[in-house]
Amino acid sequence: MNFLEKKISSMQLDILKEIGNIGAGHAATALSILLNKKIDMSVPDVKIVSFDEMIDMAGGADNVVAGMFLRIEGDAPGSMFFVLPLEQAEIFIRELPGNIPFSADELPYGEIALSALQELGNILSGSYLSSLSDFTKLSLFPSVPMLSIDMVGAIIGTGLLEISQVSDYAIVIDTALNEEIQSTDSVNGHFFLLPDPESFQIIFKALGVPEHE
Amino acid sequence: MNNLLEVVKVGIADMNIVETPNLIRTSGLGSCVGVIVYDLRAEIAGLAHVMLPDSSLAKGTSFNSAKYADTAIRDLVSLLVKSGARPSGLKAKIAGGAQMFQYSSGSDLMRIGPRNVEAVKKELSFMKIAILGEDVGGHSGRTIEFNPQSGEMMIRTVNKGQVII
Repeated sequence: MNFLEKKISSMQLDILKEIGNIGAGHAATALSILLNKKIDMSVPDVKIVSFDEMIDMAGGADNVVAGMFLRIEGDAPGSMFFVLPLEQAEIFIRELPGNIPFSADELPYGEIALSALQELGNILSGSYLSSLSDFTKLSLFPSVPMLSIDMVGAIIGTGLLEISQVSDYAIVIDTALNEEIQSTDSVNGHFFLLPDPESFQIIFKALGVPEHE
Repeated sequence: MNNLLEVVKVGIADMNIVETPNLIRTSGLGSCVGVIVYDLRAEIAGLAHVMLPDSSLAKGTSFNSAKYADTAIRDLVSLLVKSGARPSGLKAKIAGGAQMFQYSSGSDLMRIGPRNVEAVKKELSFMKIAILGEDVGGHSGRTIEFNPQSGEMMIRTVNKGQVII
């Protein structure tokens, strides 16, 4: 059906999960320090998905979220998203130092609030990627994260452009961050790491995994 | 809105057609362009959710034709004609092609929205299909819904609510 599926073995899937584990673990620590709260993370989920499925994973095409997108340059190029439900973005901004006014219902959003949110994305994605870079010994340089508060379809669709030129599917490493104290089903944010198709062999090679079993 | 109607949903890089009394919708257009081609007299309409401007960007031999402006419009028109639309009666309405992320970046792909719009217009004019309405560019995502009976396209954005063209 597609070229990605044939090339990924179960051991390679485990490696990709571990990448999500390490990256999101460091991001969770960074968030925890920033907010002075306990932050929990989910077991990473690695999936081969169609673009529509990817959009559904991030909340559905019509749903409005705060989405941060960045490109990874260097040895293993790829794309990364950090997607927050709007209410959660509001909570995060309020919890950040500095008493920044922000309400998800009030338009237009304040520049300082947006900038704070972008900085949050910057710190979290930076810690995700630098831990990944340490782990794989690959040079990975994140672009400046770009923030958009809009429909999931519009945000993810734009971020999938690079991959869409070579494939109708993406391999996505999904990890969720949660606030530990909240008992409700509060998924606070999702990291989606999407290595470009040609980056997989580079990552596997860097970690000494056989390309084919 | 009448709940008895069926709303045909079109995903990203996909296309479909619809006849009265049903509606056709695609959600979350960012840099993508939603192209509606319709025949008002036959009350039939097709929608393609185009992601990239040109099928020459495709790397590889087989590709999904609905993803590219040129191939999507050609296939959509032949699908419509096969289903009873008159080639001479076809009109178009388009929406999308926004620039979602406003920070300048070296990548050409960040300016894909305007390029998609341009490619869609070029292909429609090549096929001699007039564009009777458009809502393109800007920085917001759009959800569109088309009624093949009235020829009206409803466009919803996060910040500006609904408009009909």
